Amino acid sequence: MGLFVAQLLTGLANAATLFLVAAGLSLIFGVTRIVNFAHGSLYMLGAYIGYNLMQVLPGAFGFWSSVLLAGVIVGLIGVIIEVCVLRPVYRAPELFQLVATFGVILVIQDLALIIWGAEDVLGPRAPGLKGVVRILGEPVPMYDLAMIAITPFVLFALWYLISRTRIGVLVRAATQDREMVGALGVNQAWLFTGVFFLGAALAGLGGAAQLPKGGADLLMDFNILAAIFVVVVIGGMGSLPGAYVAAVLISVLNVFGVAYIPQSTLVLMYVVMAIVLLVKPYGLFGREEVAGEHGQVGEPERPIKPASLRVRLIVGAGLVLLACVPLFGSNFTQVLISDIIIFCLFAASLHFILGLGGLVSFGHAAFFGGGAYVAALIVTYADTPMEVAFLLAPLGAGLGAVIIGWLCMSRTGVYFAMLTLAFAQLIWSLVFQWGEVTGGDDGLVDIWPSEWLNDTTPYFYFTLVLGVGGILLLRHAAHSPFGYALRASRDSSRQAEATGINTKRVQWAAFSFAGAMAGLAGALFVFSKGSIFPSELEIARSFDALIVIFLGGVKTLAGAVVGGASLEYAKDLITRFEYWRLTLGLLIIFVVVVAPEGIVGTARKAAERVGLLPDPSKQS
Amino acid sequence: MTAVLQVENLSKSFGGVVAVSNVNFAVEKGELLALIGPNGAGKSTCFNMLMGQLKPSAGKVFFQGEDLSGLPSRAIWRKGVGRTFQITATYASMTVAENVQMALISHNKRVFSVFPYAHKLYRERAMELLSLVGLADQADRHCAILAYGDLKRLELAIALCHEPSLLLMDEPTAGMAPSERERLMALTASIVADKGISVLFTEHDMDTVFAHAHRIMVLNRGELIANGTVDEIRNNAQVQEVYLGGGNLYESNEAG
Repeated sequence: MGLFVAQLLTGLANAATLFLVAAGLSLIFGVTRIVNFAHGSLYMLGAYIGYNLMQVLPGAFGFWSSVLLAGVIVGLIGVIIEVCVLRPVYRAPELFQLVATFGVILVIQDLALIIWGAEDVLGPRAPGLKGVVRILGEPVPMYDLAMIAITPFVLFALWYLISRTRIGVLVRAATQDREMVGALGVNQAWLFTGVFFLGAALAGLGGAAQLPKGGADLLMDFNILAAIFVVVVIGGMGSLPGAYVAAVLISVLNVFGVAYIPQSTLVLMYVVMAIVLLVKPYGLFGREEVAGEHGQVGEPERPIKPASLRVRLIVGAGLVLLACVPLFGSNFTQVLISDIIIFCLFAASLHFILGLGGLVSFGHAAFFGGGAYVAALIVTYADTPMEVAFLLAPLGAGLGAVIIGWLCMSRTGVYFAMLTLAFAQLIWSLVFQWGEVTGGDDGLVDIWPSEWLNDTTPYFYFTLVLGVGGILLLRHAAHSPFGYALRASRDSSRQAEATGINTKRVQWAAFSFAGAMAGLAGALFVFSKGSIFPSELEIARSFDALIVIFLGGVKTLAGAVVGGASLEYAKDLITRFEYWRLTLGLLIIFVVVVAPEGIVGTARKAAERVGLLPDPSKQS
Repeated sequence: MTAVLQVENLSKSFGGVVAVSNVNFAVEKGELLALIGPNGAGKSTCFNMLMGQLKPSAGKVFFQGEDLSGLPSRAIWRKGVGRTFQITATYASMTVAENVQMALISHNKRVFSVFPYAHKLYRERAMELLSLVGLADQADRHCAILAYGDLKRLELAIALCHEPSLLLMDEPTAGMAPSERERLMALTASIVADKGISVLFTEHDMDTVFAHAHRIMVLNRGELIANGTVDEIRNNAQVQEVYLGGGNLYESNEAG
């Protein structure tokens, strides 16, 4: 009994931090519709800055003022980010801003490394709360009890701010209808900045407040990111009480999970999220949320046409050039190009559902890594020849997509995205923790191609044929009736349904097809590397694909491939530097700000302006 | 002869609000039937139930003798009912012709086909339909830059793709310039005459209604209060009261 209560209290104390950070994320999303990936970074900054302040300010008063000051400083950093990085891209396509926030993550990671070094920082203990209290015989840190006691007051203060003050009225109004608030004369730009300040400050506060419990390290930004997204989604986007309840639920379950079923810890939170979303589609306290409910942002997508003869000739010439690479290029060049092609196929498969279907998936890595693992597992355990594995990998990934798609398809917008993320994480944690079969963190090794391909150059050609073939297949599908039906379902599901198109079934089929193609990319990947690790199933892998699509231009057919090739190549060049994250992050932010329609979209506009391409607005 | 559309005791309530109550009517073959009524009378609710977008609280809808209750709108469309929307719904990322081709692809059950180029399928038929509504010269323009009146005509072309026996038009001329309204309704009337399609439409513009409708039904507060020829409706005292006001307010004031 004593242990049980102690664990419960630990869970509640952990919930305090989680709630603070998640509440900030929820507020920012609710008002600005920005999915702020950099929120974990703000939390990390709060921890480091709080630590520095605590070194300077003495005593209990110093400790608590450090926590508050850290919040204010991080809030101001949030304002800088909002004004410099996000303001220029509010008119960009929906969710485009997440690319910018991803750039911010990279920048902050390296800045933190430069300023605070790679060593973990041990948080100072709170003066006056250093001891433990014995409750039912079990020791409970006094600081935990303080956190448990303080959180309801924070919740109350936030609730008061949101539901009883004029600022709160504006925030709530903007959450429901931004345009209307703008029409009523509220300066949206400053409202957004203000909300960003508040959200960032909460993250900073959370980071500083958890110092006595966890300290500060360079991994804490990503470590909390998934958890706060889960909390926000379970609670319901934009709901503060929801965030609190969900934070408590997740933290308490986590503590008990560690104690009683340690092999499930990674997956637990996602299982809870999946169950909640399947039962309550908009979270515990959320209201219906549709991506794009505030209308299409930016100009509508252009009609598509199959490539003209000239473009085909240029692409064909490019492919011939690629095919000649083994004649003059090194092995290293061939491997680099193979990597780029594989990544482009992966990104193109996500673009098929994201760009044409308007379905934002945050968990596409499940099918890339899934296909790779299918191939690796059957090669390892059934001694299957590579040729058969190449057939089964896309099939397996496709089948997974059929099942996951079926479970997610009734959700829309951000909830769809989060549900796909939940299932992807489920698969990741399954692979990670089921070590006897999957090798766990050690992965599966010795997965080499058949004899006839077991060398760099033959496999390079193999990748070229299958990878480019897959990309062209996806592209052709976009021009087929199926691809058109997918776009019709996105453009106007009302009209599509009223003319006999079963929009959900079309989207489901597209999701499955995209999953299968990602599985093919995964199979190409595993045989080129000879091994596979759970990292290929991680959120970061899903985000990689997402980011290159937006970087390339989500409203263009070539966006995924151009973005994928550019970023992979840039990464190869930049990762040789010491502070490559900083460089890459700044590069991403730069591209985002100067080319809000992606590389292809912006290049097309420029070409139209100088007359290289016909200008559609000047046509009759 | 059975009617093309037979509506029996159709009702819909939202919580305590009765939006449509016990509505009965029939649409005959080749008929241009108008459903009019003041704002909030229940016209759009009625339409959405006919098209399967809303589930009726009670009552049945028969199309050519078949019960449509509980079917999704895509199934109702397959049976031969076309519709246009009050607020246009078109595919903004496609060209004008492709909008029509999409409906033709669906009609020919080739939505899941992945081999042919969609923009080459049924192009000729799409052009025929576009010439019918006078949009042929705009066939290859981007749908998103079309004027609103043109979008309405495009919707009509889309709705004619599967050669429907019945066309439901929810305020077909809303948001159009007066001269355009007249042209669109004249076009609709000529299509009805040529192809023997039945049309049920709602409308606020009385000139349009009285100029083209064969028969008029009047809905007020969810109930059908009149159903007759143009002249009957014009002279119906109750209808005049609904539209012009009965002056009850002032009379009762004087009496008091």
